[in-house]
Amino acid sequence: MNTGHEIRDAIARHEMTALEAAEMALAAIAATEPRLQAYLQLMPERALARAREIDAAIARGQDVGLLAGVPVAVKDLFCTQGVRTTAGSKILANFVPPYSATVVRRLEAQGAIIVGKTNMDEFAMGSSCENSAFKATHNPWSIEDVPGGSSGGSAATVGARCVPIAFGTDTGGSIREPASFCGIVGVKPTYGRVSRYGIVAFASSLDQAGPMTVDVRDSADALEAIAGYDPMDSTSANVDVPHYAGRLREDLKGVRIGIVSEFDESIAADKAMHALYQRAYEDLRALGAELVTVSLPHAKYGLATYYLIAPAEASSNLARYDGARYGLRVDGPDVFSMFDATRAAGFGPEVKRRVILGTYALSSGYYDAYYVRAQKVRTLMKKDFDEAFERCDVIACPAVSCPPFQLGAKSQDPVAMYLMDYFTIPMSLAGIPAMSVPAGYVDELPVGLQLVAPAFEEGRMLGVAHAYEQATRHAWARTPMVYAGEGDAA
Amino acid sequence: MPEVPIDIAHVAKLARLPLTAEEAERFSAQFGRLFEFIRELQALDVEHVHPTAQVIPLHNVLRADEIRPCLDHDAALQNAPATEGPYFKMPRILE
Repeated sequence: MNTGHEIRDAIARHEMTALEAAEMALAAIAATEPRLQAYLQLMPERALARAREIDAAIARGQDVGLLAGVPVAVKDLFCTQGVRTTAGSKILANFVPPYSATVVRRLEAQGAIIVGKTNMDEFAMGSSCENSAFKATHNPWSIEDVPGGSSGGSAATVGARCVPIAFGTDTGGSIREPASFCGIVGVKPTYGRVSRYGIVAFASSLDQAGPMTVDVRDSADALEAIAGYDPMDSTSANVDVPHYAGRLREDLKGVRIGIVSEFDESIAADKAMHALYQRAYEDLRALGAELVTVSLPHAKYGLATYYLIAPAEASSNLARYDGARYGLRVDGPDVFSMFDATRAAGFGPEVKRRVILGTYALSSGYYDAYYVRAQKVRTLMKKDFDEAFERCDVIACPAVSCPPFQLGAKSQDPVAMYLMDYFTIPMSLAGIPAMSVPAGYVDELPVGLQLVAPAFEEGRMLGVAHAYEQATRHAWARTPMVYAGEGDAA
Repeated sequence: MPEVPIDIAHVAKLARLPLTAEEAERFSAQFGRLFEFIRELQALDVEHVHPTAQVIPLHNVLRADEIRPCLDHDAALQNAPATEGPYFKMPRILE
């Protein structure tokens, strides 16, 4: 499978059809799915019908959009009208949305072909995809390892090169960590950049949708396709969407890159990881960037702050799952026993843990001590970034503390799992754009470099990522293990 | 064993989320470890810091008060566990 822009351009030049592109994607999925388990649902008939429409529109000479004929996958929390949307939860196992998310509508308007809904941690709560109520997804680079989470299915299917572009959501790292684990590009946009309308809510002040792609150019196009103001989401930002592909750079002359001193200390204990990131910073310097040291003194409080704010918002959002209007209902003798029985049966362990924690943080007598205090620390964290960006244009730092780990290795230890998001949470709390771009391999497994920019400066961030990607080409250096033994793939 | 401040039975009731004894015990131990991190926030001086509820400077986003197309009854009810006519059907709440 090529990149999305290569497929789109080939279709536009009549060298291939959208139908052929969709068939190739579905064949690649069929070949790898028994081992990867990346999808909760495939949509072959709908995809092929849509591809034929795109081919017909092209034949009529119509403008078919930025992603015309490109096969894409979406995380199973984007509502797709008429197609089951579960958010990885038993409580929504049979939910068929009567409308589509704005992201889905915009993708379709830009000619993208949605081939399926990808697996995820239940309600996007997790960092390994093992919290899905339905199945665990495997890592295409190392089949006994996790793909990361919560957007693990989207990361795995792009990492396996089944589709060039998939979409995820990131609340505390759920696009960036799986992108790092699966050797792909993953972009968390500025909060408010992409509409949340029709996305199953987790933590509403943090949730943000973004692209997960083989290369940076595809992330630029995919973000342009989905970004922009939406009157259906009152927190969506009325800020113009630039042509991101026009911002991609070939060198970094005149760019100041901030290196976070506190993060450098955190990663120093792991020699291989530390060496990989030092090499990445040197590669940025070699491209002409000036490296400056910056400080994020409150970043170390990120985990504590996040695990008060996100569960608090989740406990409120998930109050809607009561068996009344949609989703699972477990009957009881009265209405309260119905609520209780429905929620006890419908939610998995991680969701229950966070609903309890969040309810506690918001409860009478503890609200100021925990929730409001966390919101104040959030202000300090945002200020750290404001000050850092007075000294640099883009921050470069670790996306993760380790390469992918084995399935089951952390699933019984929630705090160990929470620590996986140590380097990604501060940006989420500050609401600023951040991404992971392939930075090489540790123990033969992919690791991503995180790039961070001020609010609404995705173009600047993607520009740096593109120069780095084109100079290093880590994503093309190896073949995912899922193809081992097939044909000439090593 | 670190101190766990949560009265889990009480909070579970507030959340309308009954837990088994095994779940309550397991969560309690796990929260103990998490609160080792959360307690670090107590050491910060935030007395004069304004809380951040959301990060973008938007206030009072309103829309025009106009009738617009919306979901019809059938679509709104299509996922309902139980219906009666054009209504969601719920267990009795009054004797």
